Amino acid sequence: MVTLEKNHMVSMRDLFGQKLLALSQADTRVLALDGDLANSTKLDKVAENNAKQFLQMGIAEQNMLGVAAGLAAVGFQPWVCSFAAFIVKRALDPIVVSISQPKLNVKMVGAYSGLLNGCTGKTHQGIEDMAIMRSLPNMVVLAPADAVELEKMMDFAYKYEGPVYIRLARDPYPILFDQAEYEFQIGKGVLLREGNDVTIISTGTQTSRSLIAAYLLEQQGISAAVLHMPSVKPIDIEAVVAAARTTGAIVTAEEHNIYGGLGSAVSEVLGEHWPTPMERVGVQDKNTESGSNDALLDKYGLTPVHVANAVLKVMARKRG
Amino acid sequence: MQVTELVKTAREIRRNIIRTVYRAQAGHLGGPLSATDLLTALYFEVMKIDPDNPKDVMRDRFVLSKGHSAIALYCTLAERGYFSKAELETFDKINSRLQAHPDMTVLPGLDMSTGSLGIGISNAVGIALGSKLEGSSFHTYCMVGDGETQEGQVWEAADTAVKYKLDNLTVVLDYNGLQQYGWPGTEGKEREIPVLEPAERWKAFGFHVISIDGHDMLQILRAFREAKGVKGKPTIIIAHTVKGKGVSFMEGQYLWHSRVPTDPELQAALEELAEGVV
Repeated sequence: MVTLEKNHMVSMRDLFGQKLLALSQADTRVLALDGDLANSTKLDKVAENNAKQFLQMGIAEQNMLGVAAGLAAVGFQPWVCSFAAFIVKRALDPIVVSISQPKLNVKMVGAYSGLLNGCTGKTHQGIEDMAIMRSLPNMVVLAPADAVELEKMMDFAYKYEGPVYIRLARDPYPILFDQAEYEFQIGKGVLLREGNDVTIISTGTQTSRSLIAAYLLEQQGISAAVLHMPSVKPIDIEAVVAAARTTGAIVTAEEHNIYGGLGSAVSEVLGEHWPTPMERVGVQDKNTESGSNDALLDKYGLTPVHVANAVLKVMARKRG
Repeated sequence: MQVTELVKTAREIRRNIIRTVYRAQAGHLGGPLSATDLLTALYFEVMKIDPDNPKDVMRDRFVLSKGHSAIALYCTLAERGYFSKAELETFDKINSRLQAHPDMTVLPGLDMSTGSLGIGISNAVGIALGSKLEGSSFHTYCMVGDGETQEGQVWEAADTAVKYKLDNLTVVLDYNGLQQYGWPGTEGKEREIPVLEPAERWKAFGFHVISIDGHDMLQILRAFREAKGVKGKPTIIIAHTVKGKGVSFMEGQYLWHSRVPTDPELQAALEELAEGVV
């Protein structure tokens, strides 16, 4: 196992490949299914070190998900990995009919989710995956903030009997969690920073940006809590309501369209349990384009400054 | 089971299919009737199965890729003793285990949930691949409709089956030549499928191909035996069938894809089948 130190930058995909290799070496029922992107997604770690549990399915995502369902039906635990854009959208019908409805034990890993996909543009970006997967019964939707959390999530997914979707980022992100202490729990949020004025609820890659935003806000005398929500479905209703009650204003932050993902999930909770002024940071329902990471984050409104601005906006609407 | 017994059983299953659709006032008839002889052969002679132990890990598996023919599968399973024939009356009703399309989560005896076309064959490939990976000896059967081979996923699955040399997979093509609406037909058929000669197509993908009359029980049994002996590649049995088989006024009529018979039509159909028109 690699040792991950806090504040170091580690790519989730590297950790993903190593961890899946370890799981497959420990259990012959764990299989890796690739749609011809293993050297990008780092599923190649399994191909190179445990070839008999690596299955090349070719550039045919619909079939890949259907085959995974068949393998699960006879007791295997297939881990299907491709770009989030392809695994979720290209293969949606097989995911619904063969995996979600029969609740088969297939793990789906959407690598290269969100906007930052190495300048490949909108066809390869996955900014609808959480919305789509969240709408499927039986589907667990997870988005880790760093490689430590991903490893814990994979341990959870391995033990959990049923479909799980995990979205990964391509580029390195700072390690936020302590490897020895952190425990991932399905349906639980993690309060990373306390604050009195507002709570930023974030998921996935947007959590480290939200922490920077909170720091920027602190410089302006605003106390922002950061509640990381790795489990987008099921979501932590209690933590969301508690955040709304204690701070009276909510900003959500995700590298995803503002419709259907974390922002929607939090709105649903607040609407039903504790109506609260909120702002959603994410792609504002736009077609995106290719470009550098910084340019994309800036143009589509996902930088820490954008998160901080959303906080200022919601604060102005905060009641009382 | 003797061939004559199988023929008799298929006739009884056809009668139940028609009665069930009539009772439910919903469901498909054309495709289920074209598939009946093949299903009868599979469940009463070919497959190693035990209705009293439907989850036996060593059992042969069956995936109905053309899921809208579920009613034929249910009537076959009931005839084979998986559940009581009385339960057929619940078909298509709320809370029933007999859903319009097969749901493996509620009915033991179903090896896969299907419904959306072109998907089940991938599931069957996964099951057969899993069997290979763990060194199991069970065989996987999958019935594909000819209309659903218009779906690209079928050919993705075909590629994979050949790539992984799945000689433990037998695909049966219910080649009845008609679909729900399709394209204006020729040569006496109202609406037919614009597919190329399927034997050539599947052969080009690398399958061992056997072409038979899908209503000739002897040919059906012989084909399944041949398929099981093939090594190094999957087999497809191209079963030439007739949509609506067994009821003269339904045969070859695309409108009977999912029509419910009227009272006189029900009587006429049951009479024809009672007389042994198979």
